[in-house]
Amino acid sequence: MALSASKLKVGDTHTARLVEDLKRTQIVQYAGASGDYNPLHTDEIFTTKVAGYPSVFAHGMLTMGMTGKMLTDYVGDARLTKYGVRFTSQVWPGDTLDSTATVKAITEKDGVKLVELDVETKNQDGVVVVSGYAEARIDP
Amino acid sequence: MAAKRFPVEAGHILMFARSVGDDNKVYSDPDYAKTTEAGGIIAPPTFAQSSAQFDPDYFLRPKIGQPWFGSGKNPTGAVPRAGGGGGGGGGGGGLHAEQHFEYHRTLKAGDVLTATTLPGKTWEKEGKRSGKLVFSESVTEYRDQNGELVITARGVGVRTERPVDQSKENA
Repeated sequence: MALSASKLKVGDTHTARLVEDLKRTQIVQYAGASGDYNPLHTDEIFTTKVAGYPSVFAHGMLTMGMTGKMLTDYVGDARLTKYGVRFTSQVWPGDTLDSTATVKAITEKDGVKLVELDVETKNQDGVVVVSGYAEARIDP
Repeated sequence: MAAKRFPVEAGHILMFARSVGDDNKVYSDPDYAKTTEAGGIIAPPTFAQSSAQFDPDYFLRPKIGQPWFGSGKNPTGAVPRAGGGGGGGGGGGGLHAEQHFEYHRTLKAGDVLTATTLPGKTWEKEGKRSGKLVFSESVTEYRDQNGELVITARGVGVRTERPVDQSKENA
């Protein structure tokens, strides 16, 4: 279901829980699917003893991918025109993430209605882990 | 990420969607997908990043017969190579700072892409939690079997002087 410009207003929000108690296995699953086998994400011994982190941590792209589900569930399939983020804090095994899209503007380009969204994903402590934007085609 | 041939396959999309916790059937059920606006199986928004699978030189994948810097008998098997922008890095150094996608059309199962990456600018910043930060940008263009631009991706990688301090919030 696509969004409709006539029913949207600036400030509207959509929130979704992305993951509860993130498991190391899901990080491994993402490594295998994406092809990013950086040991920082899957190899506890390397990450704690060599890299100096308290444990493995999620790929930024895993959080961006999970945040993408919140977006496509909101704007509909095959509607995104832009999506970008900054990775502002690391995501660790055990984290629970919630993500929100906020309508920033409703615009029009070449006769097509677009919605501009602010995107933010936070962990269970309220720390922003991903901050960004998206743009999607919407119905009139 | 550079790949001469990145075939966008339904099975790969299914595995990728599972890994990001997305059970939308438009990524897994061709009969359902046909009935949607997408018209068939499409790729999730960040799928293009898995072009790493098709980059023969991608340095964050163990390669047959070559040393790998992850743990085995010892906590590390080799000295990590310096990383490029946009894809993290090895050792305590490289992390992914930003990622941006511009979609010129929706990526579909059956597309065969080429990925061409050009380095962008580099810049430095002093971080509170990890010392000197060196950022480097790269831009990847994904073109389809007809040479049409499908996705423009811009990644920013950051190499830190030391691991990110976990006791303070915000870099």
